[in-house]
Amino acid sequence: MTFKRGNNRLPIPPKDAKVHNVTCDFCIVGCGYKAYTWSIDREGGPKASENAFGVDLNEQPGPDGENWVNPAMYNIVEQNGEPVHLIVKPDPDCVVNRGLNSVRGGRMAETRFSAQTGSMADRLTTPLVWRYSQHLPTSWDDALSLTADVTRRVIEEMGQDAVLVTMFDHGGAAGGYENTWGTGKLYFEAMKVRNCRIHNRPAYNSEVHATRDMGMGELNNAYEDAELADTIFCVGANPLETQTNYFLAHWIPNLRGSTLDKKKAMLPDEEHASGKIIIVDPRRTVTINACEKEAGKENVLHLAINPGTDLVLLNALLTEIVNNGWQAKDFIAAHTKGFDEAFEANKTSVEEASRITGIAADDIRKAAAWIAKPKANGKRRRTMMAYEKGLIWCNDNYRTNAAIANLAIATHNVGREGTGCVRLGGHQEGYVRPSDAFIGRPAPYLDDIILSGKGGVHHIWATDQFKSGLNASKFRREYRRRTNIVKEAMSSIPYGDRDAQLDVIMNAIRRGGLFSVNVDIFKSQIGDAAHVILPAATTGEMNLTSMNGERRLRLTEKYMDPPGEAMPDCLIAARLANALEESFRKAGNDAWADKFKGFDWKTEEDAFMDGYHKHAKGGEFVTYDRLRAMGTNGVQEPVVGYENGKLIGTKRLYTDGKFGTDDGKAHFFKTAWRGFDPADRAKQKEEYPFLINSGRKNMIWQNAFYDERLPFVWERFKLPPIEMNPDDMKKLGLEAGDLVEVYNNVGSTQAMVYPLKTAQPGQCFMLFAAPVGQHGNIVSQGVNELRIPNYKNVWANIRRIGRAPDADAISFKELEYPQDI
Amino acid sequence: MHKKCQKRVEIGRRQFLRGSGLAAAGAAAAAMAPAGRAEAKGMTARGDYPSNRLANIKDLKVDEPMDIAYPDDDSPGVLLKLGKRVDGGAGPDGDIVAYSVMCPHKGYELEYNAEDKTLNCPGHYSRFDCEKEGQQIFGHANQSLPMFSLRIDEKGDIYAEGVDELIYGRFENIRS
Repeated sequence: MTFKRGNNRLPIPPKDAKVHNVTCDFCIVGCGYKAYTWSIDREGGPKASENAFGVDLNEQPGPDGENWVNPAMYNIVEQNGEPVHLIVKPDPDCVVNRGLNSVRGGRMAETRFSAQTGSMADRLTTPLVWRYSQHLPTSWDDALSLTADVTRRVIEEMGQDAVLVTMFDHGGAAGGYENTWGTGKLYFEAMKVRNCRIHNRPAYNSEVHATRDMGMGELNNAYEDAELADTIFCVGANPLETQTNYFLAHWIPNLRGSTLDKKKAMLPDEEHASGKIIIVDPRRTVTINACEKEAGKENVLHLAINPGTDLVLLNALLTEIVNNGWQAKDFIAAHTKGFDEAFEANKTSVEEASRITGIAADDIRKAAAWIAKPKANGKRRRTMMAYEKGLIWCNDNYRTNAAIANLAIATHNVGREGTGCVRLGGHQEGYVRPSDAFIGRPAPYLDDIILSGKGGVHHIWATDQFKSGLNASKFRREYRRRTNIVKEAMSSIPYGDRDAQLDVIMNAIRRGGLFSVNVDIFKSQIGDAAHVILPAATTGEMNLTSMNGERRLRLTEKYMDPPGEAMPDCLIAARLANALEESFRKAGNDAWADKFKGFDWKTEEDAFMDGYHKHAKGGEFVTYDRLRAMGTNGVQEPVVGYENGKLIGTKRLYTDGKFGTDDGKAHFFKTAWRGFDPADRAKQKEEYPFLINSGRKNMIWQNAFYDERLPFVWERFKLPPIEMNPDDMKKLGLEAGDLVEVYNNVGSTQAMVYPLKTAQPGQCFMLFAAPVGQHGNIVSQGVNELRIPNYKNVWANIRRIGRAPDADAISFKELEYPQDI
Repeated sequence: MHKKCQKRVEIGRRQFLRGSGLAAAGAAAAAMAPAGRAEAKGMTARGDYPSNRLANIKDLKVDEPMDIAYPDDDSPGVLLKLGKRVDGGAGPDGDIVAYSVMCPHKGYELEYNAEDKTLNCPGHYSRFDCEKEGQQIFGHANQSLPMFSLRIDEKGDIYAEGVDELIYGRFENIRS
């Protein structure tokens, strides 16, 4: 049975409903929404004069109706303690999404906590501590002082490096400028915590170190550039499923030819055509199918690359472009450094690249021409280069990232309309923290520290390493073992005797135990191992600022109360800092106590003013009031001024040819091919028959923390799907919907077979970070020299366990829109 | 394949281009053939739907979709004989189903693909499985496809008598 809501009717927002600016919680695109709230006792009417939209709701709208609200966009929540109706609806006036919602963002209302409708009923509402052998509710004072006392004792006895931290570094929900600043000020300014990691990787490092080192920030263009490009060169990304409305509202119109007038108007001195697109991906994704439907197959070049060999392709493209004389000679001379040396070092013939990448030589030549062959009258092509996890979480991250940046600066495809060399991104961004330079490079491998029994206390912020880590089964086993040592000790004596508790906890830590503090909105899988759990508020329950993939800064206004006593992360960090100050003060350690000054924030706005306003580039111009006035379109960073009641932003970066290096030039890097990194993957490839690629599915956001609580999604994803070629299934005796074990030399996990004719033989694709079958179980601990994991190049075998529960209710049809319909 | 309401689809496509450089496509598409609205007011339980005769079993051939409208003429749908017993299927063979054809994402008219018995959205590529009660196979709608519940009388007349999700564009399925 397919889940249906059976919903025939929604309340209509009245004319005087409160309207709040909202940027979507979820992906980096940051679609604009409006939240409407109004009293539970009232509703508007269908007549234009009776409702908040000012339109006749009895008129059946045509396609793209701007005022339809589906049931997932509705909920009842509390505002200042009173129940109110809530609608969260995409904003047709937002230039990012133009009224579109994705299957993820469109469910913002139903993913809110509601005591009235029961949605997200298990959100954390109070702090929990481990006492009497279970997690029990307690007061903030009790939970924070226990956390502070244990942290203090660990610092006093073991030093600051025994404080381990896992924390988000991104924007959107579970992040944002307020919260990265709050946590950053605590761990990098008050304390100097070196041993930390980020939500999706085992060290505190950048996923795109190389492009930054070369002088080019990774988000350097505007979404409009996808409308203006002659060619989009997309490496290791699947934007229809992962940056949905950026793709639908900006890429597709270009591929369809409907931005031609705009191109001609904005760039009148050159010829224009509908956009072409090159997609480098071992998989044939729904993105490729959509591009073919809109642009015609002749304008879509899918390079189905041998997994992990992107670097070879990128080097060969550079070689081919330069051999044809298509590079931007003047730009290279004036604004770059190291071109000749890099070109020599990276030289790769098309034939050699074809042999290693498995891509036909002619297709590589065609790609080079689509990227850089000048247009009529020698006009330079405009190629937008976009990449994401297929490059980032793949082989030899640093050099591959550098290789695509080499290509961009060699062809001057940055800082001009219709260009850019950008990551497509996961979450929104929202990073403002004190310097982390003291951490050093490479940053410590936090998982390794935990596995080797080091560290005394671990603070975790909105991250579930049990779902999203690598070497995940071993990590889970060891983490539970270490935290259990402390749990058993804590349960062995009464809770109320704090001094005795601290003594048994420290004694347990000395015996290899680890004290774990978890800040989250739900009790997560790793949170279940924690000793203190602190309830966080999320976006909508607090004011929160973030920027999207074109650096568009917006304020999501608070439109509802957080559940119970939950608080914004920045205020939890501040209260923890206050508790640490008090703990050290009581212990007579004034030197340490004094480190925790400056955390007297009362609201998230205080944290914003202390952090972003004072420390972000252009932050001095930005306040909540000014941002609120900019609505869902906000302003693109960096902000450069405030005039006539408006913040003035920056549409794209590097338009002046000045880059973020000491000499202001973009630096070419040598990026010679070195084979597989980590090297164990080459051996694994020989020993196991199936590539187990991993990544996102359209319906699921992140590690499914909301989705696993929603029947609309969960009826299809009770088990993570593994997409397989039907011939491979036949060989293994598998049917659609079978539950299988996926196993290799590292570990094993489970998944549900989903047949796809488009899957290449020998190549499977599995949902990443799933709650009930972690791909990370079979990902080895190996990382690159800067401790970036390779989640993509994993090989394993597959065997049947049985039938997946409820599989017969799931549709296993092909995902692609039929082009010949 | 699905001929009805081409105008709706084309208008929709033009609207999709809005804001990307072309001149705005003009006013929103007018509803098709407004007439014969069902009589109902205010809150409706599922039982309050009109019972509307759609066709007779004899009129249906396997995989040849018949255009219908339910619960009123502004709400186009499709009546299908799938040739195979399915969940929610009516009739002696349990293979007759009816769905809304306005995509519950942004209202584009869905097209039937007989090859794999799916309804497909030309606007943003969403797909719905006609053999699984309209389950969204891939797409951007926050719900599966509204399915019309069917009753078939002794003469073989097929009646629609309910809808299991909110229909695109409406705050209530039976408009006041």
